[in-house]
Order: sequence, then structure tokens, then C-alpha cells
Amino acid sequence: MKENIIICRCSDLTQQDIRDLINQGYTTYDEIKRISRVGMGPCQGRTCLPLVLREISIATGKPISEISPGTFRPPVKSIKLGAITEGALEGGEACHE
Amino acid sequence: MMPVEILIIGGGPAGLCAAIQAAEMGSKVLVVDRNNSLGGQLVKQTHMFFGSEKQYASTRGFDIAELLLDKIDKMDNVEVMKSTTVLGIFEDGVVTLENNGKYIKIKPKATIVSTGASEKNLAFPNNDLPGVYGAGAVQTLMNEYGVKPGNNVLMIGAGNIGLIVSYQLMQAGVKVEAIVEAAPTIGGYLVHASKVRRMGVPIYTGYSIKEAHGKDSLEKAIIWQLDEKWNGIPGTEKELDVDVICISVGLSPLSELLWQAGCQMKYIHEFGGFVPARDENLQTSVKGIFVAGDVAGVEEASSAMVEGYIAGMSAASYLGYKLYNMQEVKDDLMQQLNSLRHGPVGEKIRNGITSLMIDNEAAASIDAFK
Repeated sequence: MKENIIICRCSDLTQQDIRDLINQGYTTYDEIKRISRVGMGPCQGRTCLPLVLREISIATGKPISEISPGTFRPPVKSIKLGAITEGALEGGEACHE
Repeated sequence: MMPVEILIIGGGPAGLCAAIQAAEMGSKVLVVDRNNSLGGQLVKQTHMFFGSEKQYASTRGFDIAELLLDKIDKMDNVEVMKSTTVLGIFEDGVVTLENNGKYIKIKPKATIVSTGASEKNLAFPNNDLPGVYGAGAVQTLMNEYGVKPGNNVLMIGAGNIGLIVSYQLMQAGVKVEAIVEAAPTIGGYLVHASKVRRMGVPIYTGYSIKEAHGKDSLEKAIIWQLDEKWNGIPGTEKELDVDVICISVGLSPLSELLWQAGCQMKYIHEFGGFVPARDENLQTSVKGIFVAGDVAGVEEASSAMVEGYIAGMSAASYLGYKLYNMQEVKDDLMQQLNSLRHGPVGEKIRNGITSLMIDNEAAASIDAFK
């Protein structure tokens, strides 16, 4: 039976999934994020990031302090596109200049 | 766009004290918090605090929150936005917020980031079974919402949170089967550890969880002893009938907004993860962005409050506000921090801070607010 050790609850990725990706050569957090969507769910990495960095550290022998946690971009939580456009209009910013 | 003088992100112990200090010096403050009430983690702390009377020692956490909120209520120059999440900090100093599905943009002249920290998770088989919680989540369920999480608990981690939540679980009539701690020694204060031990809870040091079991929800936990390389030793397994596992293996600073803002970050293990470099005024490498509390390095709520006062003072004085005895007040706050960081645990914190220090000139290297 496959061991059910969950690393990423948002995208349902197990420790084995992450280890397989590292073995395939995805050895940075950003690469693993792009290929697997780890850290891109509602938690935005708050749950999984430390666990993934630990896996990278174990596999590569690099201390966590030398592993980049990737790029952090706004927004930190989901928001509807409609709200952004509305906000832009109300904020006095013209959409077409 | 809403003009704001000082934006404070997060209304926990650090943010509230920052707001009080900055407002007392005459600046206009906006406190934003994603919850529908302020106080942060203080609101669920039913135990009395340590430290000195300046940090409300011997007062219960939720009473401290009340005291701070009373002060804020009386201040005309503090505005509060609840149920509001800061979504991003941009290069031009614009900060975006979400409130009730509305997207709001503001441009503060100075920002204090006091977002706190989140609970760390642990990887073990079946760690997604219902019944596996963060210890802080269980504390929220019990003390804030009055919900009993289950009947028999395994606590993972013997730091202060693990020990205090174990005690509070027992106060709520829940049986704590055991506390396991992977390290060879108990991390939390001895008084807390002695208290739970006296109530008959075994604390296994050098032990960790091997796996959880259960059909639809947690029914059983298996713990085992660790060797000096932190690997489990076969044959040392103990089986515990529990319906709740509390994970209390540390906190990690909620620093994503600081990364976005371009603050220089450094990994400090003792502080729980990546934390911002700062000067003694708690200004980050981005001019006009200050930090206080757990986001600047996970410590106790007492030091978060003192850091809050310092950051509040620094942000106000950055905008030109003054106090007639500013140096005196600042010296006193620094002195309070030093005494809170006294002793062997404090030594790690002091070392961590030394490696994070940037001098004042370096702090002015990037200016986000021009």
C-alpha cells in the first residue's frame, strides 16, 4: 500500500510525489511548484513550503538556509477579478489612458 | 486611493502595541486584521503571562487583549479595519486589501508588518486523517469557540504551546494520553512541564510519531523512540488509542508580504524560518517598512508587545513625530527586551538577532515610499 504522507493538502501531493520530482531533477522550490502546483492552493505554501524545503535539503544535502523559498507574489489569497476591476475604477485610475 | 500615514498589518499583541505607541506620538494609524476581532492569539490564551508587570505578567492573555483594545478604542487617531486581508505590497509602496469581496488600494507613508506566524505541519503516514490538528487550532476550537476537539489526545511537541495546550485540554475534561518530544529535552518552561506531569501525563523525550491509523477518522497513533540521527528505532513502538493528535512542532513566520516588498530575508532556524534583516529600530532593509512580533522571529507574546511599542515609535519618528522623552522610553523598551531574552533560551534569540542586524545606513538602501 502506498504510504499516505501528505505534504500538500491543497493539491493532494504526498511525500513520495515530491521525492519522485526531486529524483527527476526538480530540485528547487519554484520548479517543484510549477510542475506540481505545490504551494499554489489556498494555503499559498504556508503549510507545505517548510516540508518541501526539508525534502530538498535532505535530497541535495544543502542546508535549508541556502535553499530559496521561491518567489512570493500578490495576492496572498484569492480574490475575484471583478473586485479588482471595480477597485481600479473606484480608485480613480482610468483603465485606458 | 486612501491616504494612510501608518499602516499596521495584523492586530495581535505586536500590532496593537505598535498602534498605541504610534498614535500616542500623534500619528494617524490604520490597523488591518483579517479576523473579525482584534487581539490575535491573545484572545485564546487563558493562562497567565510571565515576564514583568510592564508586559502584563500574571494577567491572562485574553485580559491583556481587552486592556490593549480599550486603549485603542479611546484613541481618535487609530482606525481599525477588521475582516480585511492585506493581499500585496508593491514596489511603488501601494498596498492592496480585500474586505468583504472589495478590493482596496492604499498608499501608507510607513508600514508595520506584524502578521505573526502559522503552525508548522509534520509529515507522517495518514497525517490527513480527521482528528489530526495543529495545537493552536485546538486551542482556538476550545477556548474561543467552546468546542471540545475529542476525548483522547496525543500531543506532539513539548514546547510551551504543546505543554500549555495539554494543560488546557485537561481543564476542558479531555484526556491527554502522552506528550512526545523528538528532542532529547523538553523545550518549554519547566513549570509548565511539571504541572502536566503532576497530573499524570507522561512526557516521552526522544520520541516521535511513527504513524496514525483510522478508518474515517483518527483511531490510533503509534509512537517510537528516535536514535541520535532522528530516525525511528524499530521495536520501540508504543500504541496509543487517541482520537486527536495535536501537532505542536513550532511556528513559521508569516513573511510573504515582506518578501513581496523586497525586504532582505535570512533563514534563522531558532526563529522558525525566514525572517527579515532589521536595525535596532526594527526597520527592515526597505525604508519605511518596520516589523514586530512573530513575523520578525518567533518568540513569546511578551516580547511581541515590546517589539510592537518599539516599531510603533520608530515608524512615528520616521514620519517626524516625537516624544519629549523618546530616548528614555526607547531605552526602557530595549531593556525590557533584553530581560525577556535573558537566560539560555534567550541566548539563541540574541544570537539570531545579531546575525540579522543591519546598521542604519544600510537600512536606508532601498526606499519604497518615494
